[in-house]
Amino acid sequence: MIFSVTLILVFQLAGVVLVQLLHLPVPGPVAGMALLLLAMLLVPALYDKVRPAGQGILQHLSLLFVPAGVGVVGHIGTLGSQGWGIAVALIGSTLLALLAGVFAFLALAKLTGAADD
Amino acid sequence: MTDFAEIWGYLGRDPLLWLTLTLGAYVVGDAASRASGRNPLVNPVLIAMIILGTTLWATATPYPVYFEGAQFVHFMLGPATVALAVPLYGQIHRIRKAALPLIGALLAGVVTSVLSVVWIGEAMGLERQVLLSLVPKSATAPVALGVSESLGGSPTLTAVLVILTGICGAVVVTPLMNALGIRDWRARGFSVGVAAHGIGAARALQVNETAGAFAAVGMGLSAIATAFLAPILAGWLL
Repeated sequence: MIFSVTLILVFQLAGVVLVQLLHLPVPGPVAGMALLLLAMLLVPALYDKVRPAGQGILQHLSLLFVPAGVGVVGHIGTLGSQGWGIAVALIGSTLLALLAGVFAFLALAKLTGAADD
Repeated sequence: MTDFAEIWGYLGRDPLLWLTLTLGAYVVGDAASRASGRNPLVNPVLIAMIILGTTLWATATPYPVYFEGAQFVHFMLGPATVALAVPLYGQIHRIRKAALPLIGALLAGVVTSVLSVVWIGEAMGLERQVLLSLVPKSATAPVALGVSESLGGSPTLTAVLVILTGICGAVVVTPLMNALGIRDWRARGFSVGVAAHGIGAARALQVNETAGAFAAVGMGLSAIATAFLAPILAGWLL
């Protein structure tokens, strides 16, 4: 388990360093995710090494968003005065983005014959 | 009463209290979600936010004091993002097969998200700074904050809007897709990852393993696409 956690931190660190060196517009952990995926493709044995910690963290992924979410207390003023507008824009746009994404996927999957197995 | 005030004065500054309360509030939220049979409306993040927000308000605790304790949980977002490579690798052969649909759905999702939020927001008469803070709302938090800052939005407001977008996506995706009769788990997972980042992905992981893996890909690609496209699109519109 400790080895598994260490591996994940090593890849995060590598991602952070890579982003700094190349001035990439993505956050370090996203680059770390790409690096870990690449490493597993090159060395498939890594998969079983990172899986214990990986699955452990992801089981309660939504917990990790709570501290940032509580920041809402600092914006009660804005959310109060423009709350309705924000709610309509946010919900409407999220629905539209979901629909655009899912229909684009299905249309292209049909077109290219990339049916699910 | 003085005793309580004294204990509170001591504990209220201790990171341990806020760390414990953060986990405790989430345990309550998760138990409620479980009890409802994982009803999408009973979202654990939203419940935890309400419990903690009310507690901070009732005790007049400033957010930075709360964050002293909560930062240990917040820190785990980084490793969790890296760990998304695990389900992704587990589904890699299906992802490879669907490369073109993935790219198309990514562009459609990200462009629609940015354009529609600006148009609807303008129609609703939102202030310019709020609009700019809304632009990167579908991207994962660290990317969204960076984009918001570079556009002249408010990063802390963006952080909140990103979380609310994630909750909204997680709540609506299952009923919406069921109502439309969409059974392709790849399409369902990917689109929620693009539109509602990690919270959407967390919901997808709960519902179906394939959907979870495609949501992880969607979140990662959406972060990259938003970082490049949102500033360009916002430049045209605002």
